[in-house]
Amino acid sequence: MSYIAKPKFHHPNLPRNELGLTRRDYEGAMSTLCAGCGHDSVSAAIVEACFELNLPAHKLAKMSGIGCSSKTPTYFLSKSHGFNSVHGRMPSVATGANLANNELKYIGVSGDGDTASIGFGQFAHAVRRQVDMLYIVENNGTYGLTKGQFSATNDRVSLGRKGQKNAFDSIDLAAIAIQLGASFVGRGFSGDKEQLVPMIKAALSHKGFAFIDVISPCVTFNNHNGSTKSFEFFRDNERSITATDYIAPRETITADYKEGSVIDVTLHDSSTVRLRKLDANYDPSDSAAALQHIMKHEELGEVATGLLYLNVEDTELKEKMDIVNVPLNSLGVTELRPDSNKLESINKSLR
Amino acid sequence: MIINDFVIKFANVNGSGSASANALFAKAIFRMGVPVAPKNIFPSNIQGLPTWFECRVNGNGYLGRRDGIDIMVAMNPQSWDEDIKAILPGGYLLYDSTFIREIDRDDIKTIGVPLTQLCNERFTIPRERQLFKNVAYVGALTALLDMDFDIIKGMISEQFRGKDKLIAPNIDALEIGRNYALKYFDCPLDVRVETSDAVGDQILIEGNAAAGLGCVFAGATVAAWYPITPSTSVAEAFENYCHKLRIDEETGKKKFAIVQAEDELAAIGMVIGANWNGARAFTATSGPGISLMSEFLGLAYFAEVPAVLFNIQRGGPSTGMPTRTQQSDITACAYASHGDTKHILIFPSDPTECFDFAIEAFDLAERLQTPVIIMSDLDLGMNEWTTKPFQIDESKGFDRGKVLDAEQLDEVERFGRYLDVDGDGIPYRTYPGTHPEKGAFFTRGTSHNEYAGYTEDGSVNVRIMERLVHKFNTAKELVPGPVFGQDKQGSTLGLLYFGTTAISIPEAMEMLDEHGLKIDTMRIRAFPFSREVEDFINSHEKVFLVEQNRDAQLRSLLVNECEIDPARIVPILNYDGFPITAKCIVDLISEALEGNAKKTGSDSVAAE
Repeated sequence: MSYIAKPKFHHPNLPRNELGLTRRDYEGAMSTLCAGCGHDSVSAAIVEACFELNLPAHKLAKMSGIGCSSKTPTYFLSKSHGFNSVHGRMPSVATGANLANNELKYIGVSGDGDTASIGFGQFAHAVRRQVDMLYIVENNGTYGLTKGQFSATNDRVSLGRKGQKNAFDSIDLAAIAIQLGASFVGRGFSGDKEQLVPMIKAALSHKGFAFIDVISPCVTFNNHNGSTKSFEFFRDNERSITATDYIAPRETITADYKEGSVIDVTLHDSSTVRLRKLDANYDPSDSAAALQHIMKHEELGEVATGLLYLNVEDTELKEKMDIVNVPLNSLGVTELRPDSNKLESINKSLR
Repeated sequence: MIINDFVIKFANVNGSGSASANALFAKAIFRMGVPVAPKNIFPSNIQGLPTWFECRVNGNGYLGRRDGIDIMVAMNPQSWDEDIKAILPGGYLLYDSTFIREIDRDDIKTIGVPLTQLCNERFTIPRERQLFKNVAYVGALTALLDMDFDIIKGMISEQFRGKDKLIAPNIDALEIGRNYALKYFDCPLDVRVETSDAVGDQILIEGNAAAGLGCVFAGATVAAWYPITPSTSVAEAFENYCHKLRIDEETGKKKFAIVQAEDELAAIGMVIGANWNGARAFTATSGPGISLMSEFLGLAYFAEVPAVLFNIQRGGPSTGMPTRTQQSDITACAYASHGDTKHILIFPSDPTECFDFAIEAFDLAERLQTPVIIMSDLDLGMNEWTTKPFQIDESKGFDRGKVLDAEQLDEVERFGRYLDVDGDGIPYRTYPGTHPEKGAFFTRGTSHNEYAGYTEDGSVNVRIMERLVHKFNTAKELVPGPVFGQDKQGSTLGLLYFGTTAISIPEAMEMLDEHGLKIDTMRIRAFPFSREVEDFINSHEKVFLVEQNRDAQLRSLLVNECEIDPARIVPILNYDGFPITAKCIVDLISEALEGNAKKTGSDSVAAE
């Protein structure tokens, strides 16, 4: 239960990052999710990524909506402010927060119900506005807290726990995000930390809307035979299009991959994302090609994972809106309030 | 002869370019120093349906709406019959005599000016022929009503400064109408305008523009909104004024962010996110938007996040009468959202208060860490009002409320986001990013303890809910208090009113005075109600409460929230979508008193 505090003591020789912090410093309260829940692995991946990036936790803000996934921000980064808003509406709260202070990094955590159903509109518009944030969907194809109804990302062929059929096609959030213009779109699997951690690190270094669809099986309601969001199905049918390595700004890049299969992309903070193309024809800077790959794999009954699309040319929300570089919340009365002479001349113009 | 006291109405076709000519007419009278109250009575339509512009001119400053038209400028064949009927006996009809029309009244005076013919002769482009007809009737009116022609010519030059080519044809159009009137009619009429000093230093502005300007002076940096009549012009005014007053001189970049959101839910979500993060943020909406924002309002109430909302009320329920006015969102706003919630409401009565209350609302929202809703309406928001000039107190900064910075956090042993440290029910908050080790908390709409931790312990929830009541009681002392009208002559009768009803009250009081009725008055300016409101009700035998809604919503709120005898409050209601008139108030009060007299067989309640 989350109100049971985790013990504070830890092994004295835990490795420390450049800020002198251990992984424990990035953790949160005890998880109240089911044992084995994929979401806890995503929380762990976020902790690992922030630790490795040497991020000061208080310069991050955690945003979420409602649902199992939206509870998870309590379980990581306890030194960050968090905002558990209303169902499906995290994108708007994150947009407002971002406008007030764009010096913080924002991690939004949502679920497939929260994003693909009730919050589909807000999600679309946050993408369209290119809000500078990392938006993670912990996608399990089911409504867990209300005991296992289908969600809109549940594949048509995927059966319910009691064998119920699903009448409707699923929404592929990664494909939607690419179509809507997200500048960073990836898909991962909660069970694959090797893939997920570098992808989160790259997303946190990216400026603009970074979206990661993480398939995160629900061990209680959607991990059975017949489900396409179970651990077993996913391990058998995942097709990684790219393998992602994150290279921090000052690290030297060592080329140890086969010529022609590696793409290095420099991110806004001059760190590098190294994509190893596992499919020779794949071009992650081409949104149409990315969509085609996703759909091609879907037709084969497979799920395309990896960093699917990356565009470092597009600008983010505050640049698009031409807002001053300092955070708006740092401006005081002298910067914001015109003097009474100005007001008097306005009065004059109204006579 | 009638000087500076009439109602003129212009009947036009929506989209025909009449609005700017009509506004020019009203402003010219204002410039002559005579108080005016122009009102647009418009359809929910872009082009083609009837639209009216009604302008009350009153040297005494009685600017509430008045029934009965003294001068009708009938330019719309669709509404012709209805418009002719509306003219008071002895009144005037100004019409386009290019077309022959039947006028089936012999108790009115007619002034036919062949506007179409005159403009067709003078102008060649069809659009000009149409537009300048409007300017030509204003020209005719300057002669008929003895208006200062230099003033109106000067206004044309001001309006088209930089587009000088347009000045000459506009003045031509004015002169076409003016010269025709001078030639064929006995000018001026026995109804006329005379230069006065009754306007003094007042200004002419719409409530929504005043609200938008108020937000600039309040230091608002984020506005998120969704277009809805009649609130849209709040956001637009904020944007216009920001472009003039809030561009960073060095970089040319904006010291503000305005988002036209995808819907009202997103608009309020952005406002809450920005306020949570320490920026002053607001939204402007109307009734349907409030309905959509309700879930978020509950979150802001319970999680204690400031937010400022302008509700420019229109006719309800549902889509209702979107281009008419009402005060019918009071209960919906006071208790917006599920569960036990209450919100602070502020009721401005004129554009000056829209400006002042915009500034005050941000201070209150941050001081009290809760949403504050400014309850304007269409009449106030979208019409120009003769109102006191704006002023600010430069010695006062912004009240950002109880926010701990890094140094203060260092002094705190254990930060409790929802801990009532000072005993006023208002806890301390922190902005994200303040301190590397202390002050972080989790904002949530689920039940939480004093340290913002999730809890399902009912007793903790009760504690938090009771503190919120305590905070709301603290708010009673902070919100704008009531305003007492008339000297307190100690009548047994009281009159309560709020918002735009105020404009009709002085005239109603004079009329009641003529009936020999003395009534003590009080204008309510905010919810929660202060002790004075309760005392006023309890110290009068009967209290009339004037509202522009069907269900006497403010009465319900008073009965719900105050220790008072409900039977004392007699509702005086008008909800036809038009601003309430003094006559309506007086008639309904008289009816109520007569009804009472019949029932009790005495007139003892009428004060001497």
